[in-house]
Amino acid sequence: MSNTMEKRLQKELMKLVSEPPAGVTFDSESADSKLTLWKVKVVGAKDTLYDGESFILQFKFTPKYPFESPQVIFIGPNIPVHPHIYSNGHICLSILTDDWSPALSVQAVCLSIVSMLSSCKKKVRPPDNVVYVSTCSKNPKKTNWYYHDDSQS
Amino acid sequence: MESDEEGIYDVESDASINYNSSDDGIYSEGENTAHGEANDFMDEPTSYKCLTSDQIFNYMMKVVDEVNAILQLPPHITCILLNHFKWDKEKLMERYYEGDQDKIFEEAQTINPFRLKGKVVSSNTNNITSFSMQSTKRPLTTQEVCDICYLPSQHMNGLQCGHFFCIDCWNEYLRIKIIDEGQGQKIACPANDCNILTDYETILSLLRGSDIKTKYHQRLTDGFVMSHHLMKWCPSPGCSVVVKVTTAGTRNVTCICGHAFCFHCLQPIHEPVRCPLLKKWLRKCNDDSETAHWISANTKECPKCRATIEKNGGCNHMICQNKSCKFDFCWICLSAWSPHGSSWYNCNRYDANDSVAARTAQEKSRAALNRYLFYCDRYMNHRQSLELEHKLYSKIKFKMEEMQQHNMSWIEVQFLKKAVDILCKCRNTLKYTYVFAFYLRSNNQATIFEANQKDLEMATERLSEYLERDVTTDELSNIKQKVQDKAKYCEGRCEALLRHVYEGYDMDLWEYLDE
Repeated sequence: MSNTMEKRLQKELMKLVSEPPAGVTFDSESADSKLTLWKVKVVGAKDTLYDGESFILQFKFTPKYPFESPQVIFIGPNIPVHPHIYSNGHICLSILTDDWSPALSVQAVCLSIVSMLSSCKKKVRPPDNVVYVSTCSKNPKKTNWYYHDDSQS
Repeated sequence: MESDEEGIYDVESDASINYNSSDDGIYSEGENTAHGEANDFMDEPTSYKCLTSDQIFNYMMKVVDEVNAILQLPPHITCILLNHFKWDKEKLMERYYEGDQDKIFEEAQTINPFRLKGKVVSSNTNNITSFSMQSTKRPLTTQEVCDICYLPSQHMNGLQCGHFFCIDCWNEYLRIKIIDEGQGQKIACPANDCNILTDYETILSLLRGSDIKTKYHQRLTDGFVMSHHLMKWCPSPGCSVVVKVTTAGTRNVTCICGHAFCFHCLQPIHEPVRCPLLKKWLRKCNDDSETAHWISANTKECPKCRATIEKNGGCNHMICQNKSCKFDFCWICLSAWSPHGSSWYNCNRYDANDSVAARTAQEKSRAALNRYLFYCDRYMNHRQSLELEHKLYSKIKFKMEEMQQHNMSWIEVQFLKKAVDILCKCRNTLKYTYVFAFYLRSNNQATIFEANQKDLEMATERLSEYLERDVTTDELSNIKQKVQDKAKYCEGRCEALLRHVYEGYDMDLWEYLDE
């Protein structure tokens, strides 16, 4: 395992446990011993369509993290109904692939997703949900995402 | 467009003079094609050069310097601007002096050096060194934490955009971009939401290890080579040489790695057939259109369930073997068997229009298939022979050594190698004459072409025979005469055939079949 990855994930973990951002809770027990799989709880913000709902985000890290983006999906029984989130938990968010930067972090990704949920105006699945879910790879990073301009959706 | 091309030629002639005088690492054609002259007679006087990755980098820098003589910018910034304009100098100059300069820097994803740190530096200072082009280093007062590894470091580096990372993270980041993703000119700052591109000065100062620096040089020049219509990468796997021609008409080039290819389509040399026709042929050979031809020529479909059926016996009373179908039908007219009674000779549908049409279609299909197979067979045959001739080279080498022990000098036995060279060239030409002939509509010129082809093929086979068999049995002096004469003849025939085809191109004598 790469040294950079291990040290960096340790630091991220400590910070996320000690000073979690609003709407995000993380139990360090949920991460596996090698820190390559994390489960983070995200709560819908007040006065949004997801108020009171809670979701689980799963992070998978490769040894190339943070130079390579983590694999992030929603898991569990409750997958948010959102125009950019597929019913299998895959998320269409550019920072998770093309626009990933090694200066981003788990916390930054969580915040992006929370704000993506908060700005939602109508709870619907993406228009191509059925086709995508039945044909996609298990790993959302293998999908060639076409990022829609958020201002239009 | 005209002026733009002239601009490029200017630089080239400049650069080549310089290279020739200062650098003997450049290989001119005369040195690397054994019989280049024979190749060239139908092209305009061919000349090309092979440039290694260092040479191409130097050449790119020369273009940058040229532009910089006018723009007066740090060279690494000019390089980014030029790349943004796909190395179109004229376009860059035009935009730079007519438009909004800040906008150009922004579009090219770099920072206007005149506006560094908010201060507007007067552009007429003319002192390029005043804006340091090196990556900015922070003063070593306090240790800072790198945003990537979250560790404190004293060696923080960054681009002019002001995002700093430690040298280890920079190296890891660049290694992934250069080696894994194959990027060069388009590597952006690692910071989130920052699109400022890295420049070669910064990268070369940050990179550790010569391997990765070499790789970076290659990747960096990619865009330059691709946008330059007179330069192409050698398509041979693993070869990183760039072939640069002096005129766009040059077709046949041989890289210093030994790979000979068509400069236009990057396929192996394929005279006399032209690139578009060759492309069509290769597509035809690779797709399964001929399988479809075979199926339509040799099978019929069950009229009921549409299962494909190949007839394997004489009886025309067919029973479909599809378990759920079991349809009884007549192979001739493809309708139900029951009205035919006991003998198909009474088939009153035999001459019905649709069955006639079906039969003609099938015959056409058969003819087309046979025609294709005829040409393909010969094409494949020469291709296979050509591959086998490489074995001949080692055999001939052995023979040459043996002859030298029998009172013949080194120079006296060279005729053998030359003969094998000619043999290979003739075989290659023959191989592609069958592609040409496949698409050719017959007319008087086509008949002459076929006569030339036949002549060359016969002579080539004789030469092959001499080199493969007689060379081991005949008297030495005798075989030398035979081989030399035949090789000379083959070379002449090959030349004549090619000249005829190229004349035909010029005078528009060839008519093609629609396929």
